[in-house]
Amino acid sequence: MEASEEGKSKKKAGASRLCCLCNQRRPVLKRPKTLQQICKECFYEVFEEEIHQVIVKNHLFKSGERVAIGASGGKDSTVLAYVLSELNRRHSYGLDLFLLSIDEGITGYRDDSLETVKRNELQYGLPLKILSYEDLYGWTMDDIVKMIGLKNNCTFCGVFRRQALDRGGALLKVDKLVTGHNADDIAETVLLNILRGDIARLSRCTSITTGEDGPIPRCKPFKYTYEKEIVMYAYFKKLDYFSTECIYSPNAYRGFAREFIKDLERLRPRAILDIIESGEDFRIATSTKMPEQGTCERCGYISSQKWCKACVLLDGLNRGLPKMGIGRARGGVNGDNKDTRKPASAAKSIESKKCGSLDF
Amino acid sequence: MACNSSGCESGSCGREKENGSKAEEEVIGAKKESVCLKCKSNEPMTFGDGGSDDGRFCADCFRSNVYGKFRLAVTSHAMITPSDNVLVAFSGGSSSRVALQFVHELQVKALKNYEASRDRSLPVFGVGVAFVDESAAYPPALSSEMGDAVAWVRSTVLSMYPPEKDLHVVPIESVFGSESVEARGRLVKLLDSVSDETGKEDLLLHLKMLSLQKVASENGYNRLVVGSCTSRLASHVLTATVKGRGYSLSADIQHVDARWKVPVVLPLRDCVWQEITRLCHLDGLKTVELARHPQSGINDLVSSFVSLLQEENPSRECTIVRTAAKLTPFYFNKIPETDDSCVPMATQRRLKKFNLKYDGSMTTEAFCPICNGPLNESDSSDLNTFKGYDSDALFAACCSSCRFQILPQDRSSLEHFGSLLPHHMISQVKHHQKFDSQTYLREKIKDCLLLDDEEAV
Repeated sequence: MEASEEGKSKKKAGASRLCCLCNQRRPVLKRPKTLQQICKECFYEVFEEEIHQVIVKNHLFKSGERVAIGASGGKDSTVLAYVLSELNRRHSYGLDLFLLSIDEGITGYRDDSLETVKRNELQYGLPLKILSYEDLYGWTMDDIVKMIGLKNNCTFCGVFRRQALDRGGALLKVDKLVTGHNADDIAETVLLNILRGDIARLSRCTSITTGEDGPIPRCKPFKYTYEKEIVMYAYFKKLDYFSTECIYSPNAYRGFAREFIKDLERLRPRAILDIIESGEDFRIATSTKMPEQGTCERCGYISSQKWCKACVLLDGLNRGLPKMGIGRARGGVNGDNKDTRKPASAAKSIESKKCGSLDF
Repeated sequence: MACNSSGCESGSCGREKENGSKAEEEVIGAKKESVCLKCKSNEPMTFGDGGSDDGRFCADCFRSNVYGKFRLAVTSHAMITPSDNVLVAFSGGSSSRVALQFVHELQVKALKNYEASRDRSLPVFGVGVAFVDESAAYPPALSSEMGDAVAWVRSTVLSMYPPEKDLHVVPIESVFGSESVEARGRLVKLLDSVSDETGKEDLLLHLKMLSLQKVASENGYNRLVVGSCTSRLASHVLTATVKGRGYSLSADIQHVDARWKVPVVLPLRDCVWQEITRLCHLDGLKTVELARHPQSGINDLVSSFVSLLQEENPSRECTIVRTAAKLTPFYFNKIPETDDSCVPMATQRRLKKFNLKYDGSMTTEAFCPICNGPLNESDSSDLNTFKGYDSDALFAACCSSCRFQILPQDRSSLEHFGSLLPHHMISQVKHHQKFDSQTYLREKIKDCLLLDDEEAV
């Protein structure tokens, strides 16, 4: 609050000539989170220091841990890789860092961003592992979209990617996974869960660390970092990243929330953090929080139902029933056991594709 | 429950339609049959407003459905019982017009029963109407427009007779204890000292509630009826979320809000805006829309967002409120236990049976003096850091949202702001300072303590 007060009073006093943090250099930017006018060096410092504080205060890491960074080649994961390796060095976290990338098989999008990740591997000196949907599941996103169209494709991709990251992490034998989810992402998720009535997810989505009781815990060091600041950091540091929207995402419902948050940020920058705070403060009975946890009968992955979501979706794809697993469970493995549907005949023959399985 | 789905006839609530064409098909089907879906005898009403469920129900079934939701809310939450004296907050808009109409019809029915009964054991509850005149907040006051509005309100209330209802026209500056020019000036100064646009709008809302509470308690009312509908609550859920008020949200959206001296009840909570406007249209209920000060803050942004979502899916408002309804309410979201001497035995038994009341001595929450929101632990932990300046005490006592958007940032402006606040809000701050959990607990158990304070610890 003091910072924005300073920023405001400086504005009133006339053009500010000096960075309001160091009072030495010329300001070159207005900080999105606080609207302070600061120089490049001070921006790097506050940006990195805030993330370091988040890591320390939330006990995200322990010395000696092997940590995989979910790397897509996009701005969030590139900046995450850069900052994390820098902080690891500067503050001696003692971490063994890796880059883990998932190839969903989206021509023209993912193959380009993977090139970026490969460059990151060299630039940051972090070993890279790439896993593909093709290898893991026998389906690429291109195949999936050809079959189901552009509605609900994000569901498939998201479910598959989560499991892919866990499997990649298991292969690399890591203790933890970090992802580049930023404050804007989490604020959008809070809003989405309110709009869609998902109280259980609402209670979990603001946690900085999730899956402590699953195969590999994952955390989000960028939980309080603004997307705009990440872009700013990457821009000033001239970091190499790939900046196109996924070609299959224009119809995603999240778009509503994202537009709204952009407008909100213009009116009141701190609202993004306020949404996250609200999400953390919602009075949700602990009984609604945790679904009962078991393992998938088919592949052994963590699951609250008989089959994990990935297996349900995969089964649907392989049997030519793409709606299976979307919406409420009406039949099939996880619903009532009345399978009265006949498999629809597809336009082209779909061979039952192998789905990989890994023991957990 | 947000939509009370057993009674909710808007159809699409809770079930997401893939696209609009399905709804259209059903409407066309209904038109072909030309019979009300519910009673299967009368011709269905068409409102032609482009909303959902047009042409499904006849006028009678539609009206009885909406009234049914109102009545269910009233009885299942003990909102209005025979010995109550109820004040209806009336803004002239559709929602409060319907609330007033329904409360009137309930009262008429109660009067009929009273006159027909032999022993006259159940009295008829009293009803008054309050209209808040906010013109002092927006100088230059639109006095002629306000004068017309007040006259219209007066005649509307007069027409609702029998039983007779008192009308209280409440100028918002009455929160300062008088209605003078000084009070109006003070109001303007207070609002001007808030730099954030949204903060200003919200402060005005809090003052409005304070003025309603004042007129209610000064005139012997023990219930305040507010016409907030599902749609308004959906916007409130989102505005509260984006302002960091997630903790106190569940307090604001229940049927009953008894943290106030005069408990506030929301009997139209389960009705959507579309139903309310259609009802006004159907029954010829006139409304008045006062020219509003242009709103450019967050509240307005959220309203537009909700409208956009509604276009995409007409049941979105219901889903939002239903989600928020799953949050844990507070102990004061029930009618409080009071001295029951004037409440009929039958009512007392019923209230006890359904656990509709709470123990009024359970004041475990601290409240923000400005918005009256329950304070989260992280907010109230600052309570004990007050250093002696009144402004520090005010700052410490407020929730983080009010601190940011309403309180001025520097100490001298904050002192000045504190001096402008109505007495009631400042006295809340003093109340905080005295609150000491040790003392509070000791009071509860002192009859069992054998040793003095120091020795016992």
